[in-house]
Amino acid sequence: MTARITLATARRVLWQVRRDRRTLALLVAVPCLLLVLMRYVFYEEPRTFQHIGAPLCGLFPFILMFLVTSITMLRERTTGTLERLMTLPLVKLDVLTGYGIAFGLLATIQAGIVCAVGFLALGLNAPHGAWLVALLAVGNALLGMALGLFVSAFAQTEFQAVQFMPAVVFPQMLLCGLFVARDAMAPLLYDISWALPLTYAYEALQRATKPAALTTALLGDVVVIITATLAALALGAFTLRRRTT
Amino acid sequence: MNVSLEVARGSVTGLLGPSGCGKTTLMRAIVGVQARVEGEVMVLGLPAGEADLRRRVGYVTQAPAVYGDLTVEENLRYFARIVDVPRGRAADVSRTVGLAGRERQVVNSMSGGEQARVSLATALLNRPELLILDEPTVGLDPILRAELWKTFHELAEDGATLLVSSHVMDEAAACGALLLMREGAMLAQTTPAGLRSRTGEQDLGRAFLKVINERQAA
Repeated sequence: MTARITLATARRVLWQVRRDRRTLALLVAVPCLLLVLMRYVFYEEPRTFQHIGAPLCGLFPFILMFLVTSITMLRERTTGTLERLMTLPLVKLDVLTGYGIAFGLLATIQAGIVCAVGFLALGLNAPHGAWLVALLAVGNALLGMALGLFVSAFAQTEFQAVQFMPAVVFPQMLLCGLFVARDAMAPLLYDISWALPLTYAYEALQRATKPAALTTALLGDVVVIITATLAALALGAFTLRRRTT
Repeated sequence: MNVSLEVARGSVTGLLGPSGCGKTTLMRAIVGVQARVEGEVMVLGLPAGEADLRRRVGYVTQAPAVYGDLTVEENLRYFARIVDVPRGRAADVSRTVGLAGRERQVVNSMSGGEQARVSLATALLNRPELLILDEPTVGLDPILRAELWKTFHELAEDGATLLVSSHVMDEAAACGALLLMREGAMLAQTTPAGLRSRTGEQDLGRAFLKVINERQAA
């Protein structure tokens, strides 16, 4: 791995995003607007808003980075730039880490703004500090990025890539316990939920937004998130082939 | 596809044949990005696709492989960082492909021919010993085409080896050596003069047709 190439890749990805001002604005504005919307949907039920809205601040970056990465990576595959990169003196890890740095940086900005809106402006509660939620959000964003990278290999068009969001993200959102406690689900779904990375992302966020004292269980969740991210990255790297037909 | 061929160092070799005859597949095999290649492909004395070759072989695909949402300069700087050449090379190669003064333009806003030249420019950054160019002059006007062919010869004079594919036979005249392909097979390895004397045709397009007919008769 070469730091020169990794950083150049990160900068290149950020340049690309910067040129697309509308996407950049949407990345920040959409989650904030959704939070505001929820605040007034749950107008008479502030406890529900706290229960769903607070962890959601840390899940938005996961969803958006999944989408942004799967489409950016798909473009890289379909426009031939990936093939070009593979003929150059670099290793896959240079490209993947470059992407990680660029999207990690974007996720940090996004998480910072979303958490500021949620915890400062809309009155959500973060008993252990909003920074912890923001930090978890960045970790989740990297998980979303790694998954997006991997699934981009299975899409041929941007239409297909967009469909992976309801296919890969929505079921995990439903099963992670955000809307219904996991032990209230059908036993089979409960069992499946243990195998889904978002379950641990949600669990960690829940711990960070509930008043109960923090335990090492939070650390356990974080370890699972990191492991799942690395596993998805490894799978993603496997789909970046030097030789194709 | 089953072919056997050799390309001499420091030459401009034209790979000619109709669309779909296997030119791109052959070039991809030489660059080492084609999967399921059987047999032996040796490039600059090493097996094709060897890591060391990635800094010595430049490959320009038929469709421009550059970032459309970046400017010419941003593209060139990124690729310059990857192959580790000084920034100044970006200006050099833009001049080489006739895009001096256009560096600030976003690639997507350029014409197809211009985008192809940006793609070519990125491959010239580190002065590769072997340049594989897949139909680099498609869609370019005649003046630009002539200029690019001049550039190819200059690169060869500086010691580079070029393998250039085309489906336009009039470009064959500009090549030092010729490889004629059809339906996945290598019909002839010759030179423009050799092809003319062998077929008795001055026009290289007709000469190529004659070679095909001879083959079918045989």
